[in-house]
Amino acid sequence: MGATEHPNHPQLADTPALISHLLNQVDHLITDLSLVEPLVIGIHTGGVWLAKTIAEHLSAPLGQLDIAFYRDDFSHNGLHPQVSPSSLPFDINNRHLLLVDDVLMSGRTVRAAMNELFDFGRPASIKLVTLCSVNQRELPIQADACALSLSLKPGQYLQLNGPEPLKLSIIESANHE
Amino acid sequence: MSNLANLQLTKDGELRHFLTPEGLDRLMLERILDTADSFVVVGNQEVKKVPLLRGRTVVNLFFENSTRTRSTFELAAKRLSADVLTLDINTSATSKGESLLDTLQNLRSMHSDMFVIRHSDSGAAHFIASQVTPDVAIINAGDGRHAHPTQAMLDMLTIRRHKGNFEPLTVAIVGDILHSRVARDQIHALKTLGCTDIRLVGPNTLMPYAIESMGVTTHNDMDTGIDGADVVIMLRLQTERMACAFLPSAGEYFRLYGLTTARLAQAKPDAIVMHPGPINRGIEIESAVADGSQSMILNQVGYGIALRMAVMSMAMSGQMQQRQSPIPPNNVTKEPRL
Repeated sequence: MGATEHPNHPQLADTPALISHLLNQVDHLITDLSLVEPLVIGIHTGGVWLAKTIAEHLSAPLGQLDIAFYRDDFSHNGLHPQVSPSSLPFDINNRHLLLVDDVLMSGRTVRAAMNELFDFGRPASIKLVTLCSVNQRELPIQADACALSLSLKPGQYLQLNGPEPLKLSIIESANHE
Repeated sequence: MSNLANLQLTKDGELRHFLTPEGLDRLMLERILDTADSFVVVGNQEVKKVPLLRGRTVVNLFFENSTRTRSTFELAAKRLSADVLTLDINTSATSKGESLLDTLQNLRSMHSDMFVIRHSDSGAAHFIASQVTPDVAIINAGDGRHAHPTQAMLDMLTIRRHKGNFEPLTVAIVGDILHSRVARDQIHALKTLGCTDIRLVGPNTLMPYAIESMGVTTHNDMDTGIDGADVVIMLRLQTERMACAFLPSAGEYFRLYGLTTARLAQAKPDAIVMHPGPINRGIEIESAVADGSQSMILNQVGYGIALRMAVMSMAMSGQMQQRQSPIPPNNVTKEPRL
């Protein structure tokens, strides 16, 4: 298991450029859909780092979700050993939400995050913002804003390291299913 | 010590029963508190529920009464989405002559996943966890004079949330140490979490013999005992002790050991006051203190639900991993969360 600079994906080397591309996409998304005063919510951990950048860019309020209590693999993997509290310091009822995660892969994290969000209230809409989308979806979930889409080989996955600096890298894992 | 740890942990070091803080290391106690912190937030959600134990069956077995503990355990299990069955043993089959072992085996055959056990005999939960149903997660909700680990840990959660680190704190535990099932667990937990100044305050008749060997100091005088304390934990005085001549009278006890506003001034100005409840106003604590700004008594009740959700979900998690072995132990932490 180890991080590699993958020659097939040179864009990964310049994470700041990807982030700035993502901020552009978010701006367009908000304009195109006329989203009034959206709230930015990051998924722990990488999504929160990214959400902070987006919230600062938009001057929007920031919340964070730890989806450990909503994962669908509790029976198999048990409770994640490090759990941190979710914090939504605002009312999400009838608001437009930008849900932010670093990497969209299976879609299961986003499914869990949406379940958790609905325990806090009924938002007007949820838009999904991810830095990177990997073509290994297991659920019908797609990003509304995404800086980079790529395909990985079995056993590879993407990881955002941070918070300073934010850096995407490919991880090779023999154990990864 | 190691036997207690082994009984409570899977071979990979995960919690699978929660019987006492004794034998658990600092990392594990801190993980319990961290997890509980996250569950405190759930109580503020519009839907106060997470789907973690959906489809699991939790049986509350209360062989003696305790309204508060029973209701917070029941609420904790429901907020984890478990199916909960609460058995009042006095009105159940045991009163028809069924033995405890048969009752437990019957419940196990109903595919129960967790027993929350309150029993008047010390060691009851340990016995069940080690001898009767080791594959069912056992949570000790109080056994005899021995242990009441979830109460002790919710007290730790209260202290950590309001005072931060344990190292610099002076903690005074006041009252009936001898008959308290929680004081011993509090001492174990405080010491494991790094607290060095633990003072037990009370009359000699209510102080266990040679308790100083646990690394605490004892004080007969209340004023010196709580002098400069950051945390004052009052224990409930069990009024039936009066009849056994442990104490001259309730009035005398209040005069010597009751926590009044004037006496609380001996502690630090920002000291917090805790009490496991139910409180005896005018016997161990003055109403002005119990209802005052330094009182954490009602906060403790809310934290109790979060703490119980934490140990229930962690123990269930450990049991399920144990059943599924041989899964490589370190896979869980290394599995990517995408």
